Amino acid sequence: MLRPLLRRAVASLAVIWGVVTLVFLLLHAAPGDPAGLLVGPAASAEQVAVQRHALGLDRPLVAQYGGWLGRFVRGDWGNSIATGRPVRDLLLEAWPATAKLVVLSILLSYALGITLGVVQASVAGSRLDTILSAASVTLFAVPGYWLGLMLVMVFTYRLRLLPAFGAGGLDAEFLPPWAQALDGLRHLALPLATLTLVGIGGVARFVRGAMVDLEGSAFLLTARAKGLAPSRVLLRHTLRNALIPVLTLLGLSLPAIFSGTVFVEAIFAWPGVGRVLVQAVQARDHPVVLAAAAVSAGLVVAGNLLAEMLVAWADPRTRRPDAR
Amino acid sequence: MLDDARAVLGSALLTGVVLVALLAPVISTGDPARQRDVVATRLLPPASTDTFGVFHPLGTDRLGRDVWTRLAFGARVSLSVGTLAVVLSIAIGVVVGATAALARGWVATGLLALTDFALALPRVVLLLLLAALWSPSVTVVILVLGVTGWMTVARLVYAESRGLVTRPFAEAALALGAGRGRLLVRHLLPNLATPIVVTAALGIGNAILLEAGLSFLGLGVQPPAPSWGNMIAAGRDALMDAPWIAGAPGIALVVVVVGCTLLGDALQERLSPARRMRARQSVLSR
Repeated sequence: MLRPLLRRAVASLAVIWGVVTLVFLLLHAAPGDPAGLLVGPAASAEQVAVQRHALGLDRPLVAQYGGWLGRFVRGDWGNSIATGRPVRDLLLEAWPATAKLVVLSILLSYALGITLGVVQASVAGSRLDTILSAASVTLFAVPGYWLGLMLVMVFTYRLRLLPAFGAGGLDAEFLPPWAQALDGLRHLALPLATLTLVGIGGVARFVRGAMVDLEGSAFLLTARAKGLAPSRVLLRHTLRNALIPVLTLLGLSLPAIFSGTVFVEAIFAWPGVGRVLVQAVQARDHPVVLAAAAVSAGLVVAGNLLAEMLVAWADPRTRRPDAR
Repeated sequence: MLDDARAVLGSALLTGVVLVALLAPVISTGDPARQRDVVATRLLPPASTDTFGVFHPLGTDRLGRDVWTRLAFGARVSLSVGTLAVVLSIAIGVVVGATAALARGWVATGLLALTDFALALPRVVLLLLLAALWSPSVTVVILVLGVTGWMTVARLVYAESRGLVTRPFAEAALALGAGRGRLLVRHLLPNLATPIVVTAALGIGNAILLEAGLSFLGLGVQPPAPSWGNMIAAGRDALMDAPWIAGAPGIALVVVVVGCTLLGDALQERLSPARRMRARQSVLSR
């Protein structure tokens, strides 16, 4: 159990290192001179050269990479060009908001998606199945940023029920604790609903497919031959076995879930890593872009590792040394 | 194929959108950037006629431009970006997957590790990064989408090729002295065509969604050229007064992606053994 996990952890670190290296190379391959950008268009050639030297850009690429990697590992991620604040502080403030949104939306969309998939599988081929399939395909096709805007239009502009921007009201700090919590929940509602709705479709489609595929298996025949109630066969036998690939799917789809979060955070001004990334990209704030990309890859990789541990826990077969 | 309702509906939806894109100049007011009297024609609701006697089936935007015309011309951008990006990612994926399958050894290990690495990255992060570093244009969007979308194809081609290589027809070809290249082009790829088409159908939907997403963030197709993504972005400020500006392109996106998904599902079901891969693939390629 431990050794494969350790191997996975090393592989995960390799992925993060790969991301960091890739981003470094991309930043260097991109057109435009950061030194020139910093000193402005009116600067003389000498001023640009001085700035290049100060930034270490006149050193060989390998030396720059080595120095940069060393600083990165030590947590010195430089300062944001746009705000002047240390990049590390920006991201330390941002990541809990993203993690909260991602974890809650995964829990909700998997709970609802699995339920929908089970209902569909239990009535597979019926009219209800067709209707629910149409619903899940549609949810699957809806772009998150558009759904977010439509929810804002209905719940914020028309019904005036829920706030659409940020993670708390302007006066949140001065509210009593219960009101503060309520305010937080109200701000969470729309971004969470958007991400959850977008996620349900994919999960439901997958669960239904996995359960229908199991139909005709010997163990189901045995379970039915024993005289078990259909609901018990469905939940204890079919669903349990269908859930293992679902857990694997969860790990593999984390990058996609994170991608969705980036757009949703941009729409709702949710103070997470995605919004920091989008703002930095739009402002060409390279140090922030770099670190945000690394942090997001880190979050995804950590989630992947967690999903794999869940699979090992749920399916004892994968724990056997000869299984892999 | 035609007995499958999903295939029929999916094809119908996509054919409809393709026709709109092809016939855009004929079935619309002609120029997606045309403004006459901005004050008199701005934010007209759907199905209204302006002071010049021009009918606007989907209303006008903040600058008095016809939303239907922009939608129809935007379909050209969305469909061509989606298709070209997927063609590019299939080309890369086939080369990587087939090389890994036929080369074996450290080349295969390296290519598979590269594929796994690329799969673990959040695609949008990479997209944002690439789109931010090079100034946004349609070409950049196509390249970026293609370069970030080949991994599922590579995995598929690798897995299927490894299976096909052991089949008697491949062994026969090798026994007759066919080289690896010939084996791949003449014997393996024709057998891989159908699963690749399925991946393409699902991939085009995703590529279109991502293109719209990039354009929505201002990193894709630049205004005044219409794209469904930048139309949604433009409608964002007018959600209260003119929900149709952002509403119409969003519904168009849903129609295209539903069409691609239904068609992909129906095609996939014909290849029963790989069925389970379907939903996973479509979720992953986002």
